[in-house]
Amino acid sequence: MSSGDSSPGPRNGADRSGAAAPARPPRRQREISWLPILVSIASVVVVFGTIAHFVARSEQWPRIKRQFFNWDAMVESFPDVLRGFWLNLEIWVICIVSIGTWALLLTLFRVLRGPLFAPLRVFAIVYVDLFRGIPALLLVVLFAFGIPALRIPNLPSSALFWGIVAMTLSYSAYATEVYRSGIDAVHDGQRAAAKALGLTQLQALRYAILPQAIRNVVPALLNLAVALQKDVALLSVVGVRDAVREAQIYMNQTFNYSSYLVAAALFLVTTIPLARFVDYLTRRDRERRLQGGMI
Amino acid sequence: MTRVVVDRLTKFFGEKRVLDGIDLSIGAHEVVALIGASGSGKSTLLRCINRLVDFDAGRILLDGVSIDHDSFGANGLYRRIGIVFQSFNLFPHLSVLQNITLAPRKVHGVPRREAEEAARGLLAMFGMSECISQYPEQLSGGQQQRVAIIRSLATNPDVLLLDEVTGALDPELIGEVLRIIRDLKDKGMTMVIVTHEMGFARDVSDRVCYLEGGRIIEDGPPRELFSRPQHPRTQKFLERIIAAGRL
Repeated sequence: MSSGDSSPGPRNGADRSGAAAPARPPRRQREISWLPILVSIASVVVVFGTIAHFVARSEQWPRIKRQFFNWDAMVESFPDVLRGFWLNLEIWVICIVSIGTWALLLTLFRVLRGPLFAPLRVFAIVYVDLFRGIPALLLVVLFAFGIPALRIPNLPSSALFWGIVAMTLSYSAYATEVYRSGIDAVHDGQRAAAKALGLTQLQALRYAILPQAIRNVVPALLNLAVALQKDVALLSVVGVRDAVREAQIYMNQTFNYSSYLVAAALFLVTTIPLARFVDYLTRRDRERRLQGGMI
Repeated sequence: MTRVVVDRLTKFFGEKRVLDGIDLSIGAHEVVALIGASGSGKSTLLRCINRLVDFDAGRILLDGVSIDHDSFGANGLYRRIGIVFQSFNLFPHLSVLQNITLAPRKVHGVPRREAEEAARGLLAMFGMSECISQYPEQLSGGQQQRVAIIRSLATNPDVLLLDEVTGALDPELIGEVLRIIRDLKDKGMTMVIVTHEMGFARDVSDRVCYLEGGRIIEDGPPRELFSRPQHPRTQKFLERIIAAGRL
């Protein structure tokens, strides 16, 4: 404020002559600058307007519009697609639980030290390499078609079941790496303290290391969950009647693709809030770390 | 009575010999300070004594029994020898009470109520009762370190190892931690202290060992070692310390 006093400019003078009481702090900081906002809005309008213009001007647009953006078809297909989407959500929740558990177990295999656990460690390493390297779609097809074809007695034969197994196996490979990065990020001193207190390796993991590690990786795990929510749709290729499959059934009957857009909209309605929530958690986590300083 | 005997202890980090035939014996209720420059091996020696790190040759005896003897079981040694670290290493997700009761409850099977009762007693004894339900990040460095000391006392150890426990503290917080260590000395705790606080080492310890290059160069009562060091290397080290205004 002293610099303002020493350099009286027109702006400064205007502030002084304003009606604001002298006791009130200057409000310059809280003023919103409109120019950048206007520029952003204008550029968005220009870019998308141009794209829309060219799309709408194309020769095929009226046909595409009928086939993809048919409101009546959307309304008609909505109940079936929604029912399918509900199945998506159920599969999603089941997968989150099974992936969270299986990946945690794999992580334990991976991080336990000592010659006794060497076979488990090797298993976990090979597992992650293998399942991270195979496309999830391929796993879904192999499991859902392959295993029931073996006709092993007492084994479930539903495509839904084996599809969930395939997704779990595939995503657990990624989740294991996430868990492990969280464990690696826990300071070595914590391990030394746990050991010095007499905790065994497993006790140290359970009571000292894992609670901190999981807190570290919650945002990353939720990110995986967002991706998983969409990938559940892969099960549609093995005949699971999820949103995508229902949309496809409608399309096959009517040759109208609008049902797919219904499915897309349903996915967006759930993933966007979820993604925002992850962003929020990540930001909060970063702030916590900055505040917490070094311990 | 001799509590801890270190006998020709040798340890390598790769090619480097960090401990080179250390001989040291520590009597019950004795307080021994280990001093020396960084890298002299004093912290490693401390961590060998409670098997936080393994050594390559020599032996360490606790009450005449080798510390790797089966009779200690998986965690018996850790109950009898506690350690406090420079960086506190409290568990940040656990409250003060949970930090203190974790080892008694999970490692030694003390019932929860009993463990908490004991923890309350210890906190009261060291004037820390008001921190009981707080989390480490809510405490000052000095308070955290005092909680860490209490945590290591919760299993009733016979020997306490202190590894530069004031090294990470602001100067004005060092006093409260040193006071607790003095209290422990008065209560008869056997302690091995690695420290850079020479004044404190002189005041609180019964014996001071000067380490350099993984060997104990000089070993004597603090008055003699600090005022009339015999070995030229000890003299040189202390001259540097005095020049730095640390004594």
